[in-house]
Order: sequence, then C-alpha cells, then structure tokens
Amino acid sequence: MSPRPGYVLEVDRSTPPVLFWNGEGYLLEKLPPERSRVIYPPDPLHPLEDPIAKIRHALDHPMGDSQPLETLLHPDMRLTIAFDDVSLPLPAMQAPDARQLVIEQVLEMAAEAGVEDVVLLAALSLHRRMTEAELRHALGNRVYNAFEPHGLLLQHDAEDPDGLILLGTTDHGEEVEINRRAATSDLLVYVNINLVPMDGGHKSVATGLASYRSVRHHHNAHTMTHSRSFMDMDHSELHSANWRMGRFIRESGVKVFQIETTLNTNAFPSQFSFLQRREWEWTPRDRAGFFASSKALALMGDRTRRTLFHSIKAPMQLTSVQAGEVEAVHQSTLTNVFDQQLVHVDGQTDILTMGLPYISPYNVNSIMNPILVACLGLGYLFNMYRGKPLVREGGVVIMRHPTPWAFNTTHHPSYIDFFEEVLADTTDPVQISKYEEAYATDPWYIQLYRTGHAYHGVHPFYMWYWCAHALEHLSSVIVIGGDRRAVKRLGFRPASTLDDALEMAEDSVGSQPTITHIRVPPLMMAEVS
Amino acid sequence: MSREFPFTKPVWPVQVPAPIPARSTGVYYDTSWSRSKLANRTRSVFVDNVLRPAIHLLARPSVEGAETLNLLDPPLIFVANHCSHLDTPLMLSVLPKRFREKVAVAAAADYFFDRAWKAHLFSLTLAAIPVERKRPDRTSARLAISLIEDGWNLIIFPEGGRSSDGWMQEIRGGAAYMAEHTGRPLVPVYIDGTYAIMSKGGSRLQPGSTKVTFGKPINHVGGEDARHISERIYQEFARLADESSSNWWEATKRAAAGTSPSPRGPEAAAWLRAWNLPSGSSDGASSRSGGNLQWRQHRQQ
Repeated sequence: MSPRPGYVLEVDRSTPPVLFWNGEGYLLEKLPPERSRVIYPPDPLHPLEDPIAKIRHALDHPMGDSQPLETLLHPDMRLTIAFDDVSLPLPAMQAPDARQLVIEQVLEMAAEAGVEDVVLLAALSLHRRMTEAELRHALGNRVYNAFEPHGLLLQHDAEDPDGLILLGTTDHGEEVEINRRAATSDLLVYVNINLVPMDGGHKSVATGLASYRSVRHHHNAHTMTHSRSFMDMDHSELHSANWRMGRFIRESGVKVFQIETTLNTNAFPSQFSFLQRREWEWTPRDRAGFFASSKALALMGDRTRRTLFHSIKAPMQLTSVQAGEVEAVHQSTLTNVFDQQLVHVDGQTDILTMGLPYISPYNVNSIMNPILVACLGLGYLFNMYRGKPLVREGGVVIMRHPTPWAFNTTHHPSYIDFFEEVLADTTDPVQISKYEEAYATDPWYIQLYRTGHAYHGVHPFYMWYWCAHALEHLSSVIVIGGDRRAVKRLGFRPASTLDDALEMAEDSVGSQPTITHIRVPPLMMAEVS
Repeated sequence: MSREFPFTKPVWPVQVPAPIPARSTGVYYDTSWSRSKLANRTRSVFVDNVLRPAIHLLARPSVEGAETLNLLDPPLIFVANHCSHLDTPLMLSVLPKRFREKVAVAAAADYFFDRAWKAHLFSLTLAAIPVERKRPDRTSARLAISLIEDGWNLIIFPEGGRSSDGWMQEIRGGAAYMAEHTGRPLVPVYIDGTYAIMSKGGSRLQPGSTKVTFGKPINHVGGEDARHISERIYQEFARLADESSSNWWEATKRAAAGTSPSPRGPEAAAWLRAWNLPSGSSDGASSRSGGNLQWRQHRQQ
C-alpha cells in the first residue's frame, strides 16, 4: 500500500490543538475553528529495498545521452567526485549517509577501472567548511581515511585565485567561474542529496562549485523576486540563470556525470515520532512523549537544548537514485521529490502560520540567528509552493520562534555585522545590495571563510535576498515569542501569543481572516490551485 | 491538571475517515497463548484457590444432576442460561475437576474482548474465547469447533447475552451448530439465583444462594438440523427450570405432558414479568424492600 498523501484538515471546535515548532522546542496551539486549516505533509515514502543494487543499476543505466559510468572511467584519467555539503539533508541522516553509499560505489568502479587520480571535493559554494566529524559522517570513515590524509579530500574554496578557473561568460553576461580541479578533470561526478526541488540539476555545479564572482549573478534581489517560486524550476529565475551557466559549463567541455538521490521524510527517530504524526493519531505514548519532552526541554539551558536537537539523526532512507546527464536526471528526480512532498491545496489564505524548528540549511550544529529565522520562514517555507503562494498577496505570515539575538561567531561572523549595521539601516532587499560588495570583498571575512568554518561574508545578504519575494508579497510578518528587539530589527512585528498575533494581523487582512497552518517539518510543497 | 489534549485522547476529526480498527481485539484476538501449559496451570491455581472459594461464599451453590456427568467423557458442550456475570465463575466452580481443567468459555467478543487488557485478563482467568454475537461470523464458530475437536470442553450461553429481567431469552443456534459439526453431546445446565445476586445493570452484589441443575445430555442424531437441536435444548431448559423451582418428579411429569411452564416467562408487561419471576430468581433488593409491602407478603404466603 502506498503511503498516505498529504492532508488538509479543516479546523472545527473539536479539532485538537496543533503542534507548533518553537525553535529548540514545541508547543500546542489552538487555531480558530471554522476558518482555519492545517496542511499535513504526506507520510514518508517506502525506502528502496536494496539501495546498493539500485545505485549500481543507476550507474550502469544512466539517463539522457550519458554513457554508463563504467565506460567513462579509464586508468590515466583525472576523476573528481563532488558532493553536497553539510546543509543537506536536514536533519543529518542516520549513518550510512546517502553520499557515502553512492561515493563508495563510484569509488569501487573507479578502482576496478584502475583510476589513480581521484579527488573528493565538498561543494561548499559560499558555505562554511565542513568539520572532520561532518565529513566523516557524510562520507563514512572508510572513504575519509583513504582520502583525507593524502590531501585528496578537498573543500571547494570560492576565494582561492589558484583554485578557480573562468570558463567564460554566458549570453546574459554572467561570468562562469568554477573550481579548477573540477573543470579540468576528465570526468566530474557530482553526488547530490535532493531534499527540496531547488536542489540539484545544473545548480549543483554552477552554484556549488562556483566563485562569488559567478554566484552573484543569480543570488540577488532581482532574481529572487522573479522566482515564483525558486522551488518551482519552471518559474524560477534562479534556475534559469543556473541552467544557462550549467549549459555553458557543459559546452566549455566539462563532462559532468550527475547522480541525484531522494530521501523519504522520516525526519525523527522513534522517541520523537509524535513530531511528524497528525495530532488526532497521537497514541498515549506520543502524548506522554510530547508532555515529558516539553517539560524536560523547558528545564534545559539553551546550549543543552541545542546540543540535544542537533545530535538528532534522522532515520531517512533513500527513495530513488538517478544518474547520468544532468537535465534528464533532474527531471526524474523532481518527480520523485514531488511524489514525497506535494500536497494539493485549494485556494490561498489570508494568514499563513508556521512554527519554525531549530534547524535550517545554514545552522547545522550552530545557532539559528535572527537572519536565519527570517530566511527559513520567508525564504524556504513561504516558497514551498507551486502555482500560487499559500498566502494571498497582501496577506500576513505569522511565525513562531524565539528568534534570539544570538550568533555563532565562528560560523556567522558577517551575519553579526549585517544585523547590526545593514538591517539597522534598511530591510529592503534591493536597498541592502549597496552594502554587498563591501562584505563580499572584506579580507577578514574571506580569511575566516577560507581558513576557518565561517560562511562567506556575503552570505547574510543572500539570506535576506531569499526573503525578497515574501517581503514584496506580504503586508506584514509577525513573530510570536521572539526577542522583541531582534524581531523589530528584522522589520517584523513581535507578538506574545498566537491570539495576539491573529489580532494584530487583522489590521492588515481584515476581521475573521482565513488561516492556514503548515505543519512542518517534515518538509512539504503545496500545490495551490 | 488540564483535562484537554494532550492529557486526554484527541478527538478524531469528523472529516477524516476513521481507520479500519486493528484486528487484534474482538473476534480476531488470538487466545492460543491462554491454553498453554503455563496459562492453564495459572488459571487452575486461580480458579481453585480464588474463584471457587469466593463463589462459595457469595453464591452458596447447590448442584443437582452432576452425577450424570460421570457417565460422559470429555469433551462436552455445556449450554447454560445466562442472567448474570456470575454465571461463568459459578459454572467453573461447580464443574467436576476433570471437566474444569480443560474448559473454554465462549464470551462476547464485543464485551470481553473489545480492549486488549480485557482480552488478556479474561483469556487467562476464564479461558474465554471471543464469540461474535452481533453478526454472522464463522471465525468464532471455527475456533470453538477446533477447540472441541482438540479435547476442550466448552461452556456456551446460547441466549447470546445476559437476560435483563431474569427470564430466559430466545435460544440461538450456535450451540446446536457446534454439536452438529463436532458430534459431541450438549449438556444443558440451568442456573438459578445469580440474577438475584448480581443482575444485569445492577450496581452491587447481594450475596445469596444459587442452584445449578445439570440436565440430560443431548446427542446429535444423524440428519438432525441445528434448528431441531435448539428446540430440544429449549425443552430441556424448560424442564430444568421447572425442576429448579419444584422437584425432579413433578417437572418430569409436566415435561412428559408438555405442560412445563415456559422458562421465558409470561407474555406480559415488564412489571408482570418481574412479579411472576420465580422467588429464587428475584432481585434481592426488591425482596428486602418488598418485605414491607402487603402485596409482596401475600404473594410469598
């Protein structure tokens, strides 16, 4: 029997309170009856029964005009295997990671073919460098121990003048500059984890292995406001730019063998299974688990709570593997992602509510600072739609998150200055771009990005650009339970309770507004008719 | 402490189709574990040391006709009238040991097996097996037949539930069906007095005396259908009920003449049926309060 599809529950007086995430915690909220609805994601898909065999099959039977991987490998070649960084999947999956499973198979084939020159390359783009523990988790100890000690496990450096190569300029004037090792290899194998529809395709190489000089052409306010949404490839300017650049890379002679994997949405281990179960299906064990964990979390300090949550490894499993030519692979991957995540929803709503969890792609093992709160809510969750946004134009988004005025100084140094300096001046995504170059070229931020574990200096701008479409679309954004100063700095309105927030929202959308709550995670994508 | 979710069970939304209930309770409950050696031994200790002493204190049973069982070999199908929850423990208490040691009790699947804890409890303590009584279902009949064929005695209440007024109800065909398919004898047992101690819907126990009368075994005759067997069971119940309130000889004569009083009581209003209930079956509470009533005193004279 196939897993249950997503569900849209119309709230009535007997509907139990609904789970809202609240950062490193969660609570139950009662939504107004007769005008609220809750969107539940589909149940996790069944995993592949024999993932290793499926991976081998995908490598042997590639899609598009690609030849089987085995025939592309020969002894005197330069082979580079690039892979997605720590931002995927979320939360980190239980070992073995999908990247490990795939890379081990690719390496076994390379070994059989007698390939000597092999380099593994973490496709960081402008993200922070991965730690040893994170690399070991993604690749497995066997791969890590075989490559890292010999300098064959590299992390892409978007600011290394010697490690980049300018391939040229697209007909739209976009400079295409990517990792030199990848571009000069006889074969570049890229191993993806496609958690959301935005991931993968030409974006893997054109963004993941690109320099700031190249990324800036599509990571900007203009692109993001013209991507409706950037999770819907056919209506995404972000994707259009990446596809242009990806095709340019191919025409420049870079041979890419793309491997994309999809995972099911088993986001939490059994002790937290209530977090992805619909409330009316909660068993006594679920209710006891919710109650006990809520109370225990309330007694913990911030650091302990954060450590606890970030130690959670999701029991996600592979649902599909595609390999071969980039575009053919990605089309098939998208079908599988939508199979897992798509929920059909009738019509838009006046108010969209969401409880934001403890994690976003950019704060793995880190603090979810206010900028990332905004990005998760307005960048990611708002944009998880196809067709029309869940909330109508001029509507309101209500997010719940503690939104602490707190930053990880190692991971997010430029975020601190961005928050203090740029957002203090303006929250308009177009206006902030005047500060971008100064942050992107700041030698100190570049130094921290290249040698430490810091995100690139320009990264907080991108997070804000990510919100551009939502900020343009909405009349107001309200944050419940957040640090009031931090929320105001973001340009949002703070509220103490959901009732207060709904009352405040009525100023913008009128009385008796319709409300839609998205019950995430696990992730879902709304197809709004 | 709040009385709302999550402290209470969530309400299932009306718009969401309810799932098909898990088939681990009711008639689908697997009772095989309760017939293991360990469970049998446990039950035997419980029945001999707890249940029987308690029943003898509470219900002071007297037994008639049990000697006829000495002529019979197990397995037997005991069919009894049913007007109280005490009937099963009483039966287990008065059955001779050679039958008691390996006896299963047919119990309503919708009442005794609707919750896992109840199913576990009654399977262990009474060797209960679930019987579907609200709709035709072969699962329970097949289980009962297989147990009889495996040498288990069976206690069954062919009325399908407790009487609400102390009088017998119509007899259903389940017992006859089992006799027809196993060839084993049916032994009618008339229980008198438990209604007064613990009636259906009664809120408390009223200790009293009971009488258990074993009838003549009814053997399935080749070609006889279940409907006819049920009729013979009913006639024997009528005789036993008469014997219980008079004596064997009088009851036997009336049975031979076809004039046994109906154990189902008069076709009359509820109060008249209660009025005419045999004294041994009458509610203890009514007897006490009725003791001061002139009409009651007249009736008892």
